[in-house]
Amino acid sequence: MADSMTAPREQATGRTRGSGVPHLGHWVLPVFTAMAIGYLMVPIAVMIVFSFNQPQGKFNYIWNHFSLEGWLHPFDWPGLGDAVRTSLAIAVYSTIVATILGTMIGLALTRYRFRGRGLLNGIIFLPMATPEIVLGASLLTLFVATALPPLAGTVPALYPTGFGTILIAHVMFNISYVVVTVKARLAGYDRSLEEAAMDLGANEFTTFWKVTFPLILPGIMAAALLAFSLSIDDFVITNFVSGTTNTFPIWVYGIQKNALPVQINVIGSIIFLGAVALVALTQLRSGRAVRIR
Amino acid sequence: MPWLLLAPGLAWLLAFYVLPAVQMFTYSISTGSLETGFEMTGSFAAYGEALSRFGRQFLNSILYGGAATVLTFLIGFPVAYTIAFRGGRYKNLILFLVIAPFFTSFLIRTISWQILLGDEGPVLGPLKQLHLLPGTFSVLGTAVAQVAGLTYNFLPFMILPLYVALEKIDVRLIEAAGDLYAGRWAAFRRVTLPLALPGVFAGSLLTLIPAMGDYINAELLGNPQTRMIGNVIQNRLLIQNDYPVGSALSFMLMAAILVAVFVYARALGTEQLTG
Repeated sequence: MADSMTAPREQATGRTRGSGVPHLGHWVLPVFTAMAIGYLMVPIAVMIVFSFNQPQGKFNYIWNHFSLEGWLHPFDWPGLGDAVRTSLAIAVYSTIVATILGTMIGLALTRYRFRGRGLLNGIIFLPMATPEIVLGASLLTLFVATALPPLAGTVPALYPTGFGTILIAHVMFNISYVVVTVKARLAGYDRSLEEAAMDLGANEFTTFWKVTFPLILPGIMAAALLAFSLSIDDFVITNFVSGTTNTFPIWVYGIQKNALPVQINVIGSIIFLGAVALVALTQLRSGRAVRIR
Repeated sequence: MPWLLLAPGLAWLLAFYVLPAVQMFTYSISTGSLETGFEMTGSFAAYGEALSRFGRQFLNSILYGGAATVLTFLIGFPVAYTIAFRGGRYKNLILFLVIAPFFTSFLIRTISWQILLGDEGPVLGPLKQLHLLPGTFSVLGTAVAQVAGLTYNFLPFMILPLYVALEKIDVRLIEAAGDLYAGRWAAFRRVTLPLALPGVFAGSLLTLIPAMGDYINAELLGNPQTRMIGNVIQNRLLIQNDYPVGSALSFMLMAAILVAVFVYARALGTEQLTG
């Protein structure tokens, strides 16, 4: 049914491209879109350009003259190296845990029909619909409560907050995103391949590892990438549960009142270019795979 | 079998999403301090104090968060429409550019706006040197800069769901409207726009929720008079250690957003699409 619906639609789009589709003025929309994209790009361009600045004084606000100083010494500021290391560690650990837990939920929700499934879908959605500041604030109240009576002593104390509590928070907000991404990937999944494997004598375990897992791996990888990028960029929630531990965004927030070192722009640019390269690479690979097929 | 797969993840969400919410509510009806501990009194005094002292910041959140949502829609809709119907072979490239800001830290992008809008920055500096603007003119530290920053930060959250909704529209329906003598504008208003409503709904929520709770734009681009409720929550909990009032404020923000979502869903009639 789905196929018979999309096929003629594709044709219709092809046939009418250019003339039949009503559009609001011929040049207005593309020009407007180009301007909007420009608006989105400008701060990124500023970040990269100002990473080559040699600022006068402590604040990298005004262009002075070109310098490679920041790029040659990207961690040359007390605490910056540690903050970047902490960010990477939190991102890696929270991505691994959230991806495993979220994929399990995603599998359960798409492969089994059981009572309470609809309710569960709603519960998974809730953390994404809650403002980050409320997530952060409520986690902090829980962590504080573990160290105060009546809870103190009966549960492990999670206050003062630090590395462990940041990790707990990042896993929590990443689980829902992983579930949603994995579920979207599993929606079009063909169960008959598994049945074929079982018919050919594979047991359930072999079927899962040899058939199911490779098939859903791209979805899991996409979810892991999303989780990693959300974790490494998170500021609002982390700020509530980090105590004296610095991640990169927390470090930037702390220092920007007193100084704005050019290294902030350098690290930001490295993260940006790394992410773009990663996406370009996966796009190229998936593009090639499609062509081969 | 499904419950075995579900158990660990659900336990995590129960312990670190549901329990914190309960704890936060408990603290909002408690009195005490970090040193002495908190005692639940069941009194809603913290809510009264929060509303009477920080009504202004609540209003700012609604005003600036709402303004940013409307602006992202006004900018985002034509963009999403162009990508969906006129993107052609550039569709993926433009979409990639729309999400590119996500590859940079939210905080650094906002700092970039500080650089851009600065009194002697790349925009105002030259204009002032040419005496096109008075030397005292500034944008940074005003509500305008703050709303522009909010709009900037959440624009991709508006464009993407709008694009998804528009992309799904069967072009033949729009053509049929034309065949039935609807002008382009009538076809747009009576066919395209209603079919795009789920995207409008999703995009507005994805923008409004984080925009209302934001405190970075207010702190870096605004001034003390333009602070929003997020700034107060952060100040109460992290600096004043005033847990009852901080918790009450967070709880009210959550409630306000849930009410907004509900009213909005009723008004647009897209309840079935949210579940």
